[in-house]
Amino acid sequence: MKNLLKTSAAALALTVAANAAAAEGKLVVYHWFEYMPAELLEKFTAETGIEVTMDTYDSNEAMLASLKAGALGTYDVAVPGDYMVSIMAGEGMLDTIGDGELANKGNIAPEWADPAFDPGRASSIPYQWGSTSFAVNTAAYSGEINDTSILFDPPAELSGKINMLDSQGEVMALASLHLGIPQCSTDRDLLKGLNAMLQDAKGHWASFNSDTAKEVMVSGDVDVGMIYDGFAAKARAEKETLKYAFPAQGYVVWMDNVVLLKDAPNRENAIKFMDFLLEPENIAAVSNYARYAPGVTGAADHLDPELATLPEANPTPGSGAGVFIEVCDEQTQAVYDQIWTNVKK
Amino acid sequence: MAAGAASGGSATTDTYASARNLLLLPSWVILGIFVLAPVIMMLIYSFLTKEFRGGVIWQFSLAAYDQFFFDRGLFGDEPAKIEWTYINIFWRSTWQAGAATILSLLIGFPTAYFIATREESVRPIWVFLITIPYWVNLLIRTVSMKFLLRDEGPLNDFLMSTGLIDSPIHIINTNFAVQLGLFYSYLPFMVLPIYAAVERYNFSMSEAAADLYASKWVTLRRIVLPAIKPGVIAGCILVFVPSLGSFLAPDLLGGAKNFMIGSLIEEQFKGNAGNWPFGAAASMVLLSMVLIILMIFARQQSKADKAEG
Repeated sequence: MKNLLKTSAAALALTVAANAAAAEGKLVVYHWFEYMPAELLEKFTAETGIEVTMDTYDSNEAMLASLKAGALGTYDVAVPGDYMVSIMAGEGMLDTIGDGELANKGNIAPEWADPAFDPGRASSIPYQWGSTSFAVNTAAYSGEINDTSILFDPPAELSGKINMLDSQGEVMALASLHLGIPQCSTDRDLLKGLNAMLQDAKGHWASFNSDTAKEVMVSGDVDVGMIYDGFAAKARAEKETLKYAFPAQGYVVWMDNVVLLKDAPNRENAIKFMDFLLEPENIAAVSNYARYAPGVTGAADHLDPELATLPEANPTPGSGAGVFIEVCDEQTQAVYDQIWTNVKK
Repeated sequence: MAAGAASGGSATTDTYASARNLLLLPSWVILGIFVLAPVIMMLIYSFLTKEFRGGVIWQFSLAAYDQFFFDRGLFGDEPAKIEWTYINIFWRSTWQAGAATILSLLIGFPTAYFIATREESVRPIWVFLITIPYWVNLLIRTVSMKFLLRDEGPLNDFLMSTGLIDSPIHIINTNFAVQLGLFYSYLPFMVLPIYAAVERYNFSMSEAAADLYASKWVTLRRIVLPAIKPGVIAGCILVFVPSLGSFLAPDLLGGAKNFMIGSLIEEQFKGNAGNWPFGAAASMVLLSMVLIILMIFARQQSKADKAEG
């Protein structure tokens, strides 16, 4: 029975994944939606003759669930966020890139060459990085915005006009920064305090939307919205009173990475693809499209000039430090899940 | 109806008796693969041990159902109390779906009645008009609803320009917006079965009632409604059941502030929680709930048939 179920799940995943045979000249990419300019894929195919098939997902967790349900062995590369790289490595889902396999490995910017989530870049290369905090409509609120109280203990005029990202990891990380407590704390009193603070804060929130985080701000549904920096830049282009905050308590930093998946059917082509994305010119094309920052030396020369001075990418003086989302152990994660359910019950 | 049910259809001889099993085979295979197998899989998974970050360990466990019905505090080590969280989520979904069903019935019944009482030649055009909006993807229609309803949207702009209201009516991110979205999503499922029932209704019975001095209200209540009841019940079930598990309208129009059954289950598979057995258990509870409701309907129907017969 067990094998039957596993086989049928795998068969199902195979049917869903587009045409993933291990034939030569192919590459199967599992990627976020709207995160890769089509011209860049065409360029890759023109240079290497490798045909690229791409399936998309809308959250790190959804990607993990799909791979766990049997899609591993279907895809060559995926693009998980920082904490998800460590989770996938822990689950044994990643293949190791051998020394010297990646010709352009030296192009990785020094500060991203040995991150905590993938020591020595054993299985991944940088894709894009940015931050998560929130934007405020300065036409509706003229006070100080670089403060996490805007989200968790807002002034009266912003109460009920706040959209949060529908993402447990990011909300919990910002909430911990707001309280000044460590992420994934195992201290019961701190966890109870986190739970209580979020219960109170929820009363001030209008909605939880991730996909439409930009749109609800531009349309005026809300005046404060938790949002990614690139998304905030696009929102500001449509409504200039929107200002992205760099809170004094700190903000979330994230990096998406291209990883080599275990049992990749086209391993060699995956390596070629990673080398291709380590070319400064190519990864800069992604940044110009997505409005996030590349992690490759020399890419700056190929970026749109306005990206360098983008207010959303350059922390204001007095801002706190950017921190990555931490991976909690099983016990603490169970409490986090319970707190999240309490927030949304 | 009662006579037909008793004799098992109108055919008097069973032409295909010998080949019956063979002919039914495709249906059984389809039902087996697409209905039975997934439900059995879900049932099995709900009794397994959860694996951290999604997946299951093949070891019998009641933990999923325990989590659903018992509250053991934030850290899971307090004495068990009744867990109201998930019951409340189910109650909220039921209530929302019920409100959407009633709203659909209030609008759908007169619409269906109107169509069924038009000239026979124009009826298909009316039915066609009802279905046109539903050629567009549900997601797109729900997002459009959001555009229409928002504080700075066309509906509020219009009402304010007419001077009917001074400040925008706040609809978006409320329960009412969710009900409106569900109602709009599933309205044709109410209209079409009722239309089919009214169309079959013999209007000379209404005339006979009028001849016998029944008021219009009495005619509707005592003659028309009982005759078209199966259509109304079918319509209610077709709106209620998908509304119950829906998560598009609650997410987009309700602001996803509170879990509905659908989003709670989704979170177990696609969210941080990654608790597959619990997701399966919640699905089983939902399935049982729907089955019980359907059985109550069926019971009442057969009772009513017996009473008539």
